[in-house]
Amino acid sequence: MSTERSQIVGQSRRSTIILGLAAWIAALLVFFPIFWMVLNGFKEEIDANSSPKLIFDPTSDRYTEVTTQTEGLLGFQEAFTNSFVIVAISTLLVLIMAIPAAYSLSIRPIAKWRDVLFFFISTKFLPIVAAILPLYIIGTRYGLTNSRIGLVILYTAMNLPLAVWMLRSFFSEVPKELVEAAQIDGAGIRGQITSVILPIVAPGIAATALLCVIFAWNEFFLAVQLNSVDGSTVPIWVSSNVSTRGNFLAKLSAASTLATLPVVIAGWAAQKRMIRGLAMGAIK
Amino acid sequence: MADVTYDGATRIYPGTEIAAVDSLDLDIADGEFLVLVGPSGSGKSTALRMLAGLEFIDGGSVSIGGRDVTLTPPQDRDIAMVFQNYALYPNMTVAANMGFALKQRGIEKEERARRVREAAKVLDLEEYLDRKPKNLSGGQRQRVAMGRAIVREPQVFLMDEPLSNLDAKLRVQTRTELAELQARLGVTTVYVTHDQVEAMTMGHRVAVLRDGKLQQVARPRDLYSTPANRFVAGFIGSPAMNLIDVDPGNGPLQLGTAPITGAPASGTAVGTVGVRPEHLRLGSTGINGRVTVIEELGSQAFVHVAIEHEGRDEVLVVRDEGETDIQRNDNVQVGILGPCHLFGTDGERIDQ
Ligand SMILES: Nc1ncnc2c1ncn2[C@@H]1O[C@H](COP(=O)(O)OP(=O)(O)OP(=O)(O)O)[C@@H](O)[C@H]1O
Ligand SMILES: [Mg+2]
Repeated sequence: MSTERSQIVGQSRRSTIILGLAAWIAALLVFFPIFWMVLNGFKEEIDANSSPKLIFDPTSDRYTEVTTQTEGLLGFQEAFTNSFVIVAISTLLVLIMAIPAAYSLSIRPIAKWRDVLFFFISTKFLPIVAAILPLYIIGTRYGLTNSRIGLVILYTAMNLPLAVWMLRSFFSEVPKELVEAAQIDGAGIRGQITSVILPIVAPGIAATALLCVIFAWNEFFLAVQLNSVDGSTVPIWVSSNVSTRGNFLAKLSAASTLATLPVVIAGWAAQKRMIRGLAMGAIK
Repeated sequence: MADVTYDGATRIYPGTEIAAVDSLDLDIADGEFLVLVGPSGSGKSTALRMLAGLEFIDGGSVSIGGRDVTLTPPQDRDIAMVFQNYALYPNMTVAANMGFALKQRGIEKEERARRVREAAKVLDLEEYLDRKPKNLSGGQRQRVAMGRAIVREPQVFLMDEPLSNLDAKLRVQTRTELAELQARLGVTTVYVTHDQVEAMTMGHRVAVLRDGKLQQVARPRDLYSTPANRFVAGFIGSPAMNLIDVDPGNGPLQLGTAPITGAPASGTAVGTVGVRPEHLRLGSTGINGRVTVIEELGSQAFVHVAIEHEGRDEVLVVRDEGETDIQRNDNVQVGILGPCHLFGTDGERIDQ
């Protein structure tokens, strides 16, 4: 027995290597633009704009530039604070509403649950551009433009259907007997959800929350239309580094790298949670 | 502890026409071990789940300890259930699994720990209390599921095929342990199985279900000696009773060429004659036949004999001594030793 342990019986060594190589190439192709962006952020403008160089003298000047506050302009700190608050609150609201909704669409399905599910996703059929004018009018009337509250409401609404769908499919995988066992053991609906269902679907919740965070964090259209003056978020701050006067590729790269970091960290944290949850597994 | 009564209890699943459990009437005494048995799809689980409160009761009622619980949610029925796949909470340790119900009832932490330890001792689970279910063997998980039920000290135990995931040897061993435990605790128990050996060995009484309808409730030996109808006769006993259809009103009642004694008063049409393998004997007199199969079990052997009956071929299974020297294709005579069971054309038992 000289074959490797990890190798599937009957699969030749060569095809394993080729498949592995293909996976790496695909991954690198996807990753390359991000890698290039990070590199560019540490270059001088002149180097970033000239022919691509891998070897250069790294500098953190661009980061200092993009993070220093200029009077009257949207600052780094303000944008990040706005984004953090809006993303955190809207994601929290989404989960608070989506978890009970998912429960009633899967564990104890209400009548016509299919229709309800379709209704949820149908709200995503409308292109957001088509809704922007009414949104703007309603927003200005109730003083919700240029405020964090407005975006919190919109991002919650935007992510809710997706979260309900995702959570429903995770909830559906909870064995029916577990919920029944909890019921017989005397747990009410709240006890069933907090003690039995949530620990099992925790990885699913982490995945859902991560997606909500990513979508809300990167959302640009609504933010730029409704909150261009106050309550502006990170994507607007990044785009404010795009200048019509001259090419500032290195600076833009630095800003983009900063804007990406929180999502990467969130992803990393969620992944750890997801894997821990999955390892818990094993029902029978 | 309490008695349990099904009174015309009916369950019709939404979207289906036929009742999964059809007006079930059943009285289970306090402390009794009642086994629900029947083929797959006969409504055993449904009947149990109705008692648990997990199925809506479409007609009739169910009561526990004299209290009508037809509309009571499972939380408030004070019952414990062992599921076929055990349904242990994967995120909790064995101790937490067993203590969960106590915690829901707001019992103090020390008291909880004490009762969990006690139950763990009874079931030999003490060293596993801190493990998660996924790190246990099938047999250990089964015991945890039992433990979760017994710490509750409930009014009724409900068990749905709790041994079916164990291997044959462990199943037989656990069967005895479980019956012993039930006798010691004296808690009324309703136990579902499709295995008639389990039913016969464990139950104080056995209820046989078929297509949602109760066929017979009786002590195991009564079920065996006086089956109420053709179905019960064929279902209980291994190997099964020989059931041979006879043409009613065709002169004297015969099995092959052998006359059957104790025929009913004239006027009752007999549809089927049943005789158990141990009530037949291979000898020098009786029905002529040819051996087709020999199942040698060591202590005994079951010999399949092809006979001619009313002009068609039938097979009789005959119990013989173990280490028999009978060969396939031997010509033999089958004698009738013991009682024959007679069933009418409608399948109901005809008393002799
Ligand atoms: N949720 C359901 N919806 C519709 N019909 C159902 C449902 N559950 C069970 N049935 C039907 O009800 C009948 C009885 O089912 P039940 O599960 O009680 O059988 P069982 O005796 O426990 O069988 P088994 O030995 O296979 O577990 C079957 O015909 C089954 O198809
Ligand atoms: Mg069943």
